Formats: sequence, structure tokens, C-alpha cells
Amino acid sequence: MFAAAKLGADEATARRAHHTGSDGEGSASESERAPRTLRDQPAKSDRTTRPSAGKKRKGDKQAAEAPEDTKEPDEIQQRTALAAKKYQRGGPSSKTTKVRSKRAQASLDHAKRRREEAAEEAARSEMLLTQDAGFLEAEGLERTYKFTQAQLAENLDLASAGKIFDLKLADFGPYALRYSDNGRHLLLGGKRGHLASIDWRSGRLGCELHVRETVRDVTWLHNQSLFAAAQKKYVYIYDHTGAEVHCLQKHVEPTALGFLPFHFLLASTGMTGQVVFQDVTEGAVVGSHRPGLGPSHVLKVNPYNAVVHVGHGNGTVSLWAPKQGKPLARMLCHRGPVQAMAIDRSGTYMATSGLDGRVKVWDIRNFKPLHDYKTKQPAQALDISQRGLLAAGWGPHVSVWKDALSTRVDNPYMTQLLPGVSTSALQFVPYDDVLGVGHSQGLSSLVIPGSGEPNFDAYVANPYQTTKQRQESEVKSLLDKLAPDTIALDPTFIARLDPRSQAQKMRESAVAERERYAQDKEEGKYLDSSVRNKTKGRNSTAKRYLRKTQANVTDLKKLQALERVEREKQQREQASDLPAEHKGALSMFYKDQR
Amino acid sequence: MKVKALSRSTADFTRETKSDIQILPRNVDPELHPLERAREYKRALNAAKVERMLAKPFIAGLSGHIDGIYSMAKNPWDLDRIVTGSGDGELRMWSLSSQETIWRAPEAHRGIVKGVCNIPGGDTDRFLSVGTDKMVKVWSRTEGAVADDGVTPETVASYSGKHAFSGIDHHRRRPLFATSSSLVEVWDVERSEPIANLTWGADTINTVRMNQTEVNVLASCGTDRSIILYDLRTNSPLAKLLMTLSTNAISWNPMEAFMFATANEDHNIYTFDMRRMDHAVNVLRDHVSAVMDVDYSPTGQELVSASYDRTLRLWDVGNGHSRDVYHAKRMQRVFCAKYTQDNKYILSGSDDGNLRLWRARASERVGIKSNRERATIEYADKLKDRFKYVPEVRKVLRHRNIPTAIKKASQTKQVMLQSRKRKEENRRKHEKDAKPRVPERKKAIIGTSSK
Repeated sequence: MFAAAKLGADEATARRAHHTGSDGEGSASESERAPRTLRDQPAKSDRTTRPSAGKKRKGDKQAAEAPEDTKEPDEIQQRTALAAKKYQRGGPSSKTTKVRSKRAQASLDHAKRRREEAAEEAARSEMLLTQDAGFLEAEGLERTYKFTQAQLAENLDLASAGKIFDLKLADFGPYALRYSDNGRHLLLGGKRGHLASIDWRSGRLGCELHVRETVRDVTWLHNQSLFAAAQKKYVYIYDHTGAEVHCLQKHVEPTALGFLPFHFLLASTGMTGQVVFQDVTEGAVVGSHRPGLGPSHVLKVNPYNAVVHVGHGNGTVSLWAPKQGKPLARMLCHRGPVQAMAIDRSGTYMATSGLDGRVKVWDIRNFKPLHDYKTKQPAQALDISQRGLLAAGWGPHVSVWKDALSTRVDNPYMTQLLPGVSTSALQFVPYDDVLGVGHSQGLSSLVIPGSGEPNFDAYVANPYQTTKQRQESEVKSLLDKLAPDTIALDPTFIARLDPRSQAQKMRESAVAERERYAQDKEEGKYLDSSVRNKTKGRNSTAKRYLRKTQANVTDLKKLQALERVEREKQQREQASDLPAEHKGALSMFYKDQR
Repeated sequence: MKVKALSRSTADFTRETKSDIQILPRNVDPELHPLERAREYKRALNAAKVERMLAKPFIAGLSGHIDGIYSMAKNPWDLDRIVTGSGDGELRMWSLSSQETIWRAPEAHRGIVKGVCNIPGGDTDRFLSVGTDKMVKVWSRTEGAVADDGVTPETVASYSGKHAFSGIDHHRRRPLFATSSSLVEVWDVERSEPIANLTWGADTINTVRMNQTEVNVLASCGTDRSIILYDLRTNSPLAKLLMTLSTNAISWNPMEAFMFATANEDHNIYTFDMRRMDHAVNVLRDHVSAVMDVDYSPTGQELVSASYDRTLRLWDVGNGHSRDVYHAKRMQRVFCAKYTQDNKYILSGSDDGNLRLWRARASERVGIKSNRERATIEYADKLKDRFKYVPEVRKVLRHRNIPTAIKKASQTKQVMLQSRKRKEENRRKHEKDAKPRVPERKKAIIGTSSK
């Protein structure tokens, strides 16, 4: 099955998606369904194609009145063209610079054509998606944010109503929680040391243990067979039975964890403020950075480019990649500490909440604020669902806004009061209309219709994964493990053409080299060339310099030389402390040395 | 209130019995597939590494000849049979599937067997051979009396010429064949004397090749550095091309009848369009010694060349450099190489007397592949193609372990060519009336003339 698991070879994927989708159903039913699904489509992806969605609806009604077969093909084409934009890969291909070689031009044209075809085909394959997103609509004087979960449960089907539940765990709260990528498994970490993993739909308990120390955050690793917990002093990794597998001592007093599934990196930040990246396949620490802004409690991974966002006590959010010593960007988001953060899956929007009682929405493509929402208490937890719903937990309240990222909406989509608790963590369940709320009294599971992606890709995350499939996908994902240096703000930088000419590259590298040299020299890394001795021997350059210069002149150079003589002397003394078998070229031949 | 929440039935997404296929819905929304370029790059790199890991081009060495193999013929009507002629006058017929000799004539010729070719038509297994003993002999495995091993079988027919022969080729349809010696002679099978003598000033002809598509055209190359085209209808030469060094072998493109490739003494292979011979269509340069033989693949898209530098090289006709180089520890100077008719294998005959069988694509494996397997291979190929210009991938894809001698020689050659070029440029800078630059495709051509 994984032979076909090619996640995005332009044309291949589109075509294969076509085939896989059409596997189960007869072609007749497909053709019947096609127009209906297409008409539904703009509403489904209203987040991206919102401005045009209303117009399309109107046009739709007209089309229904007019004779069907004349208008329909045009409309389908338009829809497809619109949807194709979403599937356009490798950026806009509008740039039509001509190249000199005819053959190269032809191949460029060909590639462009293929790209467009692939996008179009991918758009057309949308009609094969079987599931429609959930929705909640108010009628008459009703308001959606007035509906309680109890009311919802009365109107929902039995299976969905079953997803509204509370886990009463009053002893060890407040709880941190994390759903696995396919939404099937839930990991709970109680502040007072309670760890549990649950297959939450069936209610089957995976493992449960008490670690007898503070647990501040938890996260799944690449699948549900391993998870990590940020405990009092270090990060620990446990397997699915609850057995401790590793203690990661490079993460000191961790407070927040994040996992980069394609790079197999575990990121953490903690009371020291350090941001640590550790490769969980081989254990190497691939990056450890000090923002120097005190303890931080917020860390989120941007799913679009795998950059790690860390919120600090001074209201800034810094963006980190494991191989860059300095943050990729720093944004001042709040007056006062950053309390919570959420990033949407397209990597366009970030929501932050601060102690100033505001939830701000940012465009992280250009680091600009878009708008903000007020909560009566500072929001302690934030999350953005797959379909772009923004949830905030403040005190005992949970508010959910719809379409709140691209525009400012006046009223929330849904609200829920959880009496007598204070929320500590929120997460929307992937591929489901459920919001998990971790709080001081355990966990509440709320149904938020329209939050989850209705159509999952079984090769990305399969809620119905079998053991065999899980094992195979583990192997595949390990083979495709990305190097930590592929993380950058723009994830498409890989394999892009360097437009500089060879001469230009040489020139620029020479300039950089000169600059580096100048800087090193300024920092006193090199002695002056007049001091440097060409030959090696007992005579040191510094000694020679001291000998040659006048005794009554004292300048910087001389001071440097004196310092160096002192250093050499120390080194010699250190070396002479060693016994004979440990020094000199023949030391390797001593018996006890081997 | 109108409400609907996502609610999937497990039965829709799990198979009922183990014999059912797994239900694996797809969604190509790019947001579900983050970092896809990085992941595809990684896959491309892995695919490139796997390709190099599986690259085992050598299949078998068929031993039997005591002297070196200097001539070879493949049978367009039979994939399995191959005939070779060696320096001690022995002829052998090999079965490639069983990898053994199935027929041999130890003293077929006195002296070197300079050329062999099959008689066309699937209904006969006759083939011709020429040697330096001035004889053309017709052989058949099935027609002659069964002889003991080691005894030369009877010939079906033989023709005697006036000079030592250097090459032979048969007409595609008619019972005609052409031989080369100090002149090109065209023979009718029924007659004991040649029916036509074709000459245009050459002293010795190296080889002669009949065009198998445009059947009335044949080409020869001689020691006077010429390549001559003849027309059988008028029994006269058509055009002559003089190059800086002599040509060792010619191969006609089986798909484009007007194209031919020549193996030159100057280490290069030149492809020509016979309609415009004032310049080469392409110059293929990678060998570090004289090219002894060249053969087109049946698709006409690829070439294999055998060289005096003890290597075989494989080329795409459109590219100037080889896509692969084959060598073996005990392989000596390679004198003949052929692409098999199924485009999958390569045969080489060398000085050390072994016939070697190679894969045409080093990492490809034979056998029926499942759909999944095929899809994986196609996907990997596509990825490699897409990322082939990325330095890391290119480095892996182009890496070859080459014998030190060849590596050194190619470095030296590179230096020589560069210095020659530099000198020419310097001279041009200081010359008053500098001549226009000669394109590389014209450099090796001294002149052309036609009749």
C-alpha cells in the first residue's frame, strides 16, 4: 500500500487520488453526485475563497432556474479554475521570462503546462471527497453562541452526542492534553503527576501511571507508541505501556513541548528559557538556543514550515529553527507575558493571548497584526482547528470564533461555561468536530460542529489505522526523515535555483570571507603579521616579538604578546605534569597506555 | 437549530474481511501535506542512493575464445544468438539465455576474423564471416554436417577476394553483401565475383556498413581519414567526408535512417546527418583513448561505445557526455560492443577473449513487476529527474568508481584541452585579423565533397 504513498508529486498524486477515490463507488453514482458536491464546494472552503463564495451562491440559483445543461459546463470550469488556485504548487507561475535556449524554454513550458494540469486535476478530484463538513445554524431568533452542549446533544446523532463527555479527574489537575495526529488517541498529563493515554472514542485505556512529580506538558511522538512528558526536572519518554524509555537531561525544567513529525525533533522550552531541539531517532541535540528572555511557558510548532514559535515573559514571540543560532524573527505581541498561542495549519495565521486580556490574530507571512478579541480574563489556552475555528479558554469559559482569522467577527460561534473549573489546555481533535478542554477538574470533550477536516488522507493520518499500517508508515516516515537544516520560514526554499552567476557567487563568498577576517582581527583573534613566526620550534612568536621590541615601549601588540607568553608557559607546565607515558610521540607504545 | 457534526461509521473505513482491499481515502489538499518539497527532495536523494546501490551492470563473462574478440554480430531476428570472431580465426555462436557456446568453428579463417554478419530473414541461421585470409565464408549451424567438437565444420559457401578483408555487412532484403578491403566490393550471393567495385581514393577501408532502413545506402570509413557514402542503385559514391583522424567504426541509426554515428581515433564519437555533413550533429566526448566500436540502441536514442581505454560508455544521443561507464578488472581493450535487440543488454568483446554481458541500465532488474513496484520505480525516476540539478542529488547520481588510470588520463586530457583552448584565445586576442571561431562540431571536419 505504501508504494503509492506519494504525498504530492504534482501530477502523480492528483491522478492517483483520482483512482483511489473512485475505487469504492460505481461511476454512475459519481456522475450523479458530482454537480451537487461542486455546488457545495465554495461553502466548504469558504475560508480561502470567501469573497467569491456569496456571488457564486447567487449565480447558482440562477443556474437552477435557467436550463441546466447550457450553464453547467461553464460554471464547472470556473469552479475548477478557482479551486485549482488552491492546488497550485511551487508558487505563482505567471512569470514568463524567456530563456535563450529553445530547448530549455520548451521544457520550461512543458513543466508549467504539467503543473497547471495537475492543479486542475487535483481540483477536479475534489468531487470525489465523500464527507461534508459539520455545521451549526441558528434559526429565527436563536444565536449559535447561546447553544449549550446539552442542547446540541439533543439534536445530534447518537454517535456525535456520545463525544460530549467529561472526565472527572479532580485529584491531579489541571491537565495538559494532546491528541494524536489522526485524532484517535488522547494523552493526558495532570500537573500533579498523572499520565494517561486513552483511545478516547472507544474509551479504551492505553496506559496510566503516576510519576510522583510535576508534569507540565505532554506530547505524542511520531505515533501513539511513544510519548514525552515535561516533568519537574527533565523530559521523559514513555512507551505505550507506560514504561519509561528515556530521560532527556538536556531539557532542563521543561514547561512546554512540541514535536516536529517530519524531522523527528522534540522541541522544548522551560524555566531556563532555553529552546532545545532533540532528534528522537538518534538522540542528538541538534539545536539549543538561549533567547535570554527568562522562563517561557509557551511553545507551538508551525505545521506549515516546522518553525518553532516560543512565547516569552516580555510579550515577544520568537521563531526558531534548530540550526540557526538566532531567532528567525521576533515579534512583540503583547504588553505583558504571552499566555498561549495557536498557529493555523496553512501557516498564515497565528493567534496569541497575553496577560493584557487580549487574543490577537497575526499574519505570520509578514508578521503584521490583523485584529484582536477581548476576553474578560486572560486566555490560558488557544487553539485553531483544521477548518480555521479559533478557540480560547479563559477561566471557566471556552469561546470559539468562526471565520475569526481573516476577518474580525463580533460574536463568537460557540461558547461554553464549565462551572467551577479553570481551563488549562485546549485542542481541537484532528478530523473530528470535537474540542478537548483540559482543566483543573479533568477533561471535557465538547462538540464544535464544523471544526474538523471532513476528508482525511489515509496516507497522512488515518483514524482507522491498523497496526500493520502504523508499522509501515513508521518505516516510511523514518526513511523520509528530514534534516534539521530544511527548516526555514519559507519551506519551499529547497532545490530552488540560485539565480546568481558563478562569478557573483565567488565574489560574494570572497566578500564574506574578508568581512569575517576583519571581524576576527578586530576581536584580536590574530596577532599582527609582523609578529607571526614562520617556523615552528621552542621559540614562540610572542617571545621573539618581545625580544625584538624596545623594552620601554608598551603598546597593545606588546600586551598581546606578553599574554601569549604567559599562556604558553601555563600550557607547558600542564604538559609537564603528565607522566612520561602520556606525553610525547612515543606515548602510544607504552604498555599501560593501551 | 440545524446541526450536523462529523460522524464517520467505522464500517465505511475498515475492510470487512482480510481478502478485501484496504480503504484508503485520499485528499490532495496541499494544507494536509506540509513540507512536501523538502520531503520529495529527501525521497529523491534516497532514490538516487538506491539507484547507485543497485547499480550492478555486469551480468556475465562468457569465456571460450583463446584470442581476443575483434568482430561480433547480433541477429535482428533472434534475441538469443550472437556470433563472435576472434584473432586466431575462430568463430563462435553463443546462446545468451544459457550463456554458453552452442556452435564453434576453430579454424574458420587463417588470421583474424575481421567481420561477421547475419543473413537476414528469420528462416535461416546462416551468417557470413570475412578474414584477413581474403576469404568470405558462409556458415550455418544447422545445415552443415554435425562435426565433433574442435573440428571445423563445413562451410555452406565461400568466396575468395583479392585483398585481405576488413569488414562485411549484408543488405537488409536482397541477397547482396558488401565487403571492405582496399576497396568496397558488392557481392551477389549467386556469383563468385563481386558485382561492383566502389572506390573513391582510399588506400585501405576500415569497415563498411549498410543502412538497414534506407537500404540502398552504405557507408565506409578508411585509413585516409575519410567517410564515404555510396549508393547501390548507381553503384557509385555519393559523398565524402574527411576528418582530422581516421574513423574506426560506423553505426546507422535504426530509427532515423539519415543519421549515423562514427567512432573516431580522436577519442570522440561523432553523429552525422548524411544530408548535411559539413558539421557533426553531436560530439560525444568522454573516452580517453581511441573509440573502437559504436552501436545504436534499437530505439535510436542511445549509443554504446567500446574504446581502447578498456571501458564501455553509454550515451544519450542528445547529450555530449556519457551517462554511464562500464569497466571490469580483467577487461582489456574493447574492440566491439553491441546493444541487444531488446534494448536491455549490452555485449562487449575485448582483447582478453571474453564476451561480456552487461545491463543497459545498471540498476534495472528484469522480471515481472507488480503495479506497486512499477509505480514506486516510476515515482522514483520522476523524482530523480526533477531534482537532478540539486547538488547533493547530482553528486550521488553522477558518482562512479573509475579505474585510476582512466581518471588520471581524463584529468590530463582536460588540462590539455583547456590549455589548447587558452592558447587559441590568447592568440586570437593578439591577432590583427582573427578568423571566426570554429564550432566544436566542425573542428574535426577537414572537408566534404559530393559527386
